[in-house]
Amino acid sequence: MALKVTDLRVYYRTLRGEVKALDGVTFSVADGEIMGLAGESGSGKSTLAKSLIRLDGRMRHAGGTVELDGRELPIADDRAMDEFRFREVSLIPQYSMSALNPTRKIGKMVGELLAARGVPDGTAELERRLELVGLSKDVLGRYPIELSGGMKQRVVMVVSTLLDPSLLIADEVTSALDVSSQKAVATTLLGFRDHGLVTSMMVVTHDISLVYQIADTILVMYAGRLAEKAPAEVLVTAPRHPYTRQLVAALPEVGVRYEDRRLTGIPGNPPSLLDPPGGCRFRDRCPLAFEQCAEQPPFAEVAPGHLVACWKAE
Amino acid sequence: MRRYFGRKLLVYGLTFFVAVTVNWMIPRFMPGDPVQSMLSRANVAQPAAVEAMRVHYTAMFGFDLPLWRQYLNFWGSLLRGDLGISIWLFPTPVTDVIVRAVPYTLGLLIPSILLSWVAGNRFGAFAARRKWLDNTVLPLGYVLTATPYMWLAILLAWALGIIAGIFPVAGAYGFDLQPSWSWEFVGSLAQHWFLPFASLFLVAFGGWAIGMRNMIIYELEADYVNYLRALGAPTRLVRRYAFRNAILPQVTGLALQLGVLVAGALVTEIVFSYPGLGHLILQAIQNQDFFLLQGTFLFIVIGVLIANFVIDIAYVLVDPRTRTGMGEAA
Repeated sequence: MALKVTDLRVYYRTLRGEVKALDGVTFSVADGEIMGLAGESGSGKSTLAKSLIRLDGRMRHAGGTVELDGRELPIADDRAMDEFRFREVSLIPQYSMSALNPTRKIGKMVGELLAARGVPDGTAELERRLELVGLSKDVLGRYPIELSGGMKQRVVMVVSTLLDPSLLIADEVTSALDVSSQKAVATTLLGFRDHGLVTSMMVVTHDISLVYQIADTILVMYAGRLAEKAPAEVLVTAPRHPYTRQLVAALPEVGVRYEDRRLTGIPGNPPSLLDPPGGCRFRDRCPLAFEQCAEQPPFAEVAPGHLVACWKAE
Repeated sequence: MRRYFGRKLLVYGLTFFVAVTVNWMIPRFMPGDPVQSMLSRANVAQPAAVEAMRVHYTAMFGFDLPLWRQYLNFWGSLLRGDLGISIWLFPTPVTDVIVRAVPYTLGLLIPSILLSWVAGNRFGAFAARRKWLDNTVLPLGYVLTATPYMWLAILLAWALGIIAGIFPVAGAYGFDLQPSWSWEFVGSLAQHWFLPFASLFLVAFGGWAIGMRNMIIYELEADYVNYLRALGAPTRLVRRYAFRNAILPQVTGLALQLGVLVAGALVTEIVFSYPGLGHLILQAIQNQDFFLLQGTFLFIVIGVLIANFVIDIAYVLVDPRTRTGMGEAA
């Protein structure tokens, strides 16, 4: 079991109190698994992704543990986490376009980073991996501004995976790209796993149709909690949680003309996480809600590899 | 690269031309008649002699020619390096008067600008990551940078010169000394230099420190910093990068502030009767000395333009983004 997250709680400190962005999350990712992490904005998916590598200043680890390859990650201790970052857990950020220091040549920057992390000489390996993503080693002698957006994206992907991390977190990597580049990025991510450069991967996205193409499993979050986790095919074709069903139903279908039929959405809004209501958090918007929903349903396995947090998912 | 500097040089050339023209115009359109003031200084009683002197002086300074002729002659002699003859220190050439004053002004300006810039940036970057410094010393920086130069100068002169009696408050060296390379003279020079230097230094220091503190805080929130941190880069490396990037706007700021700093130095010199260019300007205005005023301004304009040009070059060296832009669009 590569990654094991147990009852993880991460809250944001705000002036009005603590926002429970991640409120008791338990799941695991197997070796070699690419897990898509989907949900609407505010569902806690980015908070979860960040928690696994670096909490920002406003985030507080309120409880729960994260275990990677049998070792517990000290996620609340920024210093102690440094040892795991890059080598064990790595990140491809959302902001690849601005992730490189603008006043350093790329090769020099990577060299300084590696030296600071105690990696003696990674240049040969770096050049080899750049070739894998179709970049010549000339880019190392250039400044970030001299590269196109797509090239920067690929450089960042190569740098992030350079030390063969056990877990790679790809945080909304495709949201700033056009559709053809999205496809290329998705293929590259798959390649990283298939070449064994990374063991497992978490792909955070709000675009289920994209993550469906590369992920083995998809985890859907809603309002700081897990809603459903299933193999990608099953989640898209036979979802069990009413939220996932409505989410998948809201996706536009290929080949359907939307002149006569309006795209559907999910009526209502997610609850405020400043002081969330007890019980199932989807129940105000749920067509199937009944009395038992006032009690939080467990995230239970209903079929092999298929977990759902809903009383009605049998 | 060549096109970039070619264009820059053209802009500087144009600025120079306009500045020289304005320089020439200002004294001539000022109220007052310099020949008249020279005549009254000569104290001659006979009207015929006065008339003869007036004709002589007017012809000598070229005031009898039409304005456009005066303007062309001015450019002509300027290109020969001739700035005319001072009226205040008649008959010393203006160039000599300026050359005597320039070392004092440069001796004040260069150390105060460079030291305040370097020290302010270092201190600002340092304070940006220490809460207690940020809360105690930086508010002082706001006060310092908002202080007018001459006011701080007067305050320092009063506190350290008159009350404490540590430093002399007027002149560039003791009144009983002649310029020479003796220890006594150099010591006196340094003593007299300190207060005007300190007032220039402190005001500028506050401004740079605050600017740098804000820039560092901004840079430490930048995406590349977050990325490096996520990859476990040590704080030392991250801060080095942040400092390197935060210094860029400070270089631009230096270019923008240069004129203000020079103006500040001029006023400060007047407060301390320091015999530099600022002192000359005051004397030139009081004595209706067109040529000296013109010459001094000209010198300041050239100085500021050269300094700006140097900063332009330095910027190209420190920011790779300006270099890549030069290839095509620039």
